Amino acid sequence: MAETSHLIKAIINRDSRAIARAISLVEDGDRRADLILTGLDPVLLEKATVIGITGPPGAGKSTLTDKLIGQYREQDARIGVIAIDPSSPISGGAILGDRVRMMEHALDHEVVMRSMASRGRLGGLCGAAGAATRIMAGSGCSIIIIETVGVGQSEMDIIRLADITALVVAPGLGDDIQAMKAGLLEVADLLVVNKADCPGAEALAMDMEAVAREKPPLAENLSRVCLTTAIEGRGVQKLAATLQRIDRLHRHSDEHTKRRQQARAMEVLDWSLEMLRPRLQDLINRYDVLKTGDPRLLATRIIKELMDNRQES
Amino acid sequence: MGVNERKNRVLIAKPGLDGHDRGAKFIARALRDGGFEVVYTGIRRTPAEIAAAAVQEDVAAIGLSSLSGGHNRLFPAVIEALAKINGSDIPVLGGGVIPDEDIAALKEAGIREIFTPGTPIEIILQAFQEACDLHHRNRSE
Repeated sequence: MAETSHLIKAIINRDSRAIARAISLVEDGDRRADLILTGLDPVLLEKATVIGITGPPGAGKSTLTDKLIGQYREQDARIGVIAIDPSSPISGGAILGDRVRMMEHALDHEVVMRSMASRGRLGGLCGAAGAATRIMAGSGCSIIIIETVGVGQSEMDIIRLADITALVVAPGLGDDIQAMKAGLLEVADLLVVNKADCPGAEALAMDMEAVAREKPPLAENLSRVCLTTAIEGRGVQKLAATLQRIDRLHRHSDEHTKRRQQARAMEVLDWSLEMLRPRLQDLINRYDVLKTGDPRLLATRIIKELMDNRQES
Repeated sequence: MGVNERKNRVLIAKPGLDGHDRGAKFIARALRDGGFEVVYTGIRRTPAEIAAAAVQEDVAAIGLSSLSGGHNRLFPAVIEALAKINGSDIPVLGGGVIPDEDIAALKEAGIREIFTPGTPIEIILQAFQEACDLHHRNRSE
């Protein structure tokens, strides 16, 4: 108890170790995390803007994130960054390599960065990402960037968790784009064509413009398509400004609140399922699954068992 | 593999101007295959950058790699940088092309273990595991 109240105070005082420790407690499912999360200032959480950066592997998400940090630091904003990489399905280990492209900000106390492993979650995020954004916001970060794992077609969790999501694409990954057409492209707020200096970028930008025309317009003179050459920092200032403009539009309408409500509901569902998982696994282990017929039938039976047990206890 | 288990998080870094990262990457991959979450910071990092990253990432151990001879200055510099930011409790291990006669002084400076070429990977993984266990134990006391 003493430790948690000390941690909360230290988080508010922007202590790097306390912020990092609190995120680990959430990640590891430690009960003390609940107390810490309860102790954070809800006004700060509401004020902070969560920006999602997603896209296929190699599109330039990390490099772009690095440059965006630079832009927002020029405005003196305190920035949180959550960079997610996949866990190995075999060993459970992970290589978290996003810092390689973001070390420029390593010594800046106003940039809070955390690398996280997906730990078996498939939607492009990790289970603790939402809590990590709130811990960072509680430490005074006004902008929090979440960089997802490299995504394919359907990793859409970021859309629901973030206030605004930018999908980063790059020429030369054409097949991925085709594959994503019925998914992320439809729902991302912004379409960023990175590596705009490379052959094929113009054609890709035209494709993206065509996709953007299908979406409701944001505002006058505000395009949903941005061109960047992240490695040289080109186009990043405009991208940073566009993201902030969209945030203001959302906050002036009810869109911001609507999204936060959806995000919360999704997180509650995710955590509930995660907490149920071990109990379900126990029930499944009691059966010889090869002999109990179709998996769907056994699932129905197990859910019924779980509900009945609940009523007895 | 759920959210309710403690994972060992470690950081692998190369301090100084030495760009030979084969060893560091080999160790990072071996740790990943051993179930560790490995924050890899890449080449040419300053001791201060490595220490700051280790603290922000809440790692339980740091592994430093060196090939080109800067270890006598750079490894202890990481220990000093950690001390400056209240991170002295994070154990530091080192490895690379390091002459036998340098090892005692490096350990004296606070490097927990030194691994030279030819060390079996199992020994290295074991040492990281022990360093992580020690860190977690000290923390929960």
